[in-house]
Amino acid sequence: MTTPPNALPETLLDTQAVAAVQIPATRVLYWSVRRELWENRSIYIAPLVAAGLSMLGFFVSLTQLPRYVRMPSADPRHQFIMLIMPYGHTAWLLLLTAFLVGVFYSLDALHGERRDRSILFWKSLPVSDRTTVLSKAAIPLVVLPVLVFAITVVTHLVMLALSTAVLLLSGLNPFILWRQVPLFQMELILLYGLAVLALGQAPLYAWLLLVSGWARRTVFLWAVLPLLAICVVEKLVFNTTHFLAMLGNRLLGGSPDAFSFITPSGAPVDPHFIPLSQITPGRFLGSPDLWIGLAFAALFLAVAVRVRHYREPI
Amino acid sequence: MACIEARGLRKAFGATVAVDGVDLRVEEGRILGLIGPNGAGKTTALNAILGLTPYQGELKVLGRDPWTAREHLMRDVSFIADVAVLPRWLRVSQALDYVSGVHPRFDRAKAERFLAKTAINRSGKVRELSKGMVAQLHLALVMAIDAKLLVLDEPTLGLDILYRKQFYDSLLNDYFDRTRTIVVTTHQVEEIQDVLTDLMFINHGRIVLSCSMEEFESRYLEVMVNPDQVAAARALKPIHERQVFGRSILLFDRADRRQLAALGEVRTPSIADLFVAIMGNQSGAAQGAAQ
Repeated sequence: MTTPPNALPETLLDTQAVAAVQIPATRVLYWSVRRELWENRSIYIAPLVAAGLSMLGFFVSLTQLPRYVRMPSADPRHQFIMLIMPYGHTAWLLLLTAFLVGVFYSLDALHGERRDRSILFWKSLPVSDRTTVLSKAAIPLVVLPVLVFAITVVTHLVMLALSTAVLLLSGLNPFILWRQVPLFQMELILLYGLAVLALGQAPLYAWLLLVSGWARRTVFLWAVLPLLAICVVEKLVFNTTHFLAMLGNRLLGGSPDAFSFITPSGAPVDPHFIPLSQITPGRFLGSPDLWIGLAFAALFLAVAVRVRHYREPI
Repeated sequence: MACIEARGLRKAFGATVAVDGVDLRVEEGRILGLIGPNGAGKTTALNAILGLTPYQGELKVLGRDPWTAREHLMRDVSFIADVAVLPRWLRVSQALDYVSGVHPRFDRAKAERFLAKTAINRSGKVRELSKGMVAQLHLALVMAIDAKLLVLDEPTLGLDILYRKQFYDSLLNDYFDRTRTIVVTTHQVEEIQDVLTDLMFINHGRIVLSCSMEEFESRYLEVMVNPDQVAAARALKPIHERQVFGRSILLFDRADRRQLAALGEVRTPSIADLFVAIMGNQSGAAQGAAQ
């Protein structure tokens, strides 16, 4: 019996052609992040639902819009707040939604794959524990902020377009609205705020990821109780609340350092619109709390990588 | 270079020793069956080989230390841990997208060709597939990876006989090409008897038998002894004796085939029968030692 002489070399060529392909680390990271979005569709559905809800509220408030615009300019400040309010509310609602999604996502991220044993499938592929943990950390720290920004901007634009239409139909000049709503400035502030929150809350999300990789069950309790215990012990032993204050500051993402809530004239800033003049990036970046927090975030993530190396299905 | 090489491989969980000083060498192009009772240490040994668990002793898989180089190793090694590890939320198309996204040796067209032969719907989710279909999907993914070593830990657990047969047929016909190495554990020993080139029994974390299938066939013989010659047969020191329909079947290790032929019908034992014989003797010896 004779074998066709070209059978073997062809197979060899095929093998070499496939073997020559190297997958860049960024591509592996990209697919790992996409994988997270496939599994956790709430990452984009929840902000979309929040945007939809605020849009619904806005529809109802549209009936009042002509009245605000016609308002005598006796109290321009009041008119401004009334016009700007729905835009501010939308942004705040999306920020809150993203925070909740981020927290619940992080609590489950490294726990779910052990619970359903799929970690054995993920570990059968040439994806390092570091890439996996980084792709999971990227969800609350990069993906959610970017989504919130994009969805908020689109929602704001739709709101502005609808308002313009309503004003035109009521025979009013929409210019007042366009002049009053500093949309560009609002989006810049939002971008800044999202960056501040991502940097400031990084240790929080990293801690949740670490616990979700470490705990066998009741991840939420393991994440919260030790922190609570430190607060209680500190209060009992030293009668101080530094740790609690620090936690609160991280929860707010260090935003008290990033914004000045008092105008130069001494008046408080309305939370519906924080003007660009009120941001204090220097103070934020110069605050040791931020850098200590980031150092802890890096530490927690490094430990999470280590923990995933050792962990097996539950 | 050996595909897998272990010396003094040991793994303990607290006081329980799962793998107790295993020496092992698997050459390229072999199909090794790792057979043992539940809790014998098979899965632990495989997990060490796959870089899923730390261990003591020396272990090299394709020349690398699996514990520190899992990511690299997985370019050349693929494994099916068991049928239930594909996440239930994953769509079939997403599984193909993801593996071709992260694996440099994944041939998507090959996986698609294999899936086309099954009833698996490309847009379906794993949770919608039957257990047999999940195994087919996992096998399609794994067979499309041009790996040097494939590890299968109870890959057909809980599947009906049709799927089991298909599984091993696909593996042999569409995947195995004599340069790849396959290590498989299963409780359905009889189904892989014709598939294996090498056999290894493991019990209490130790290897109790390791031989090639040629060696197995020449070394072990089973005789259904004629009723009047049972005493003569027993004198030849069988390693095991059992009764089937009132006839004695005796299992011999390294006996003379012609001598046995005079006593009754001689044949090669099944792996399952040899397994029962050796494991039975082991526990008997352990009891004897305890007394």
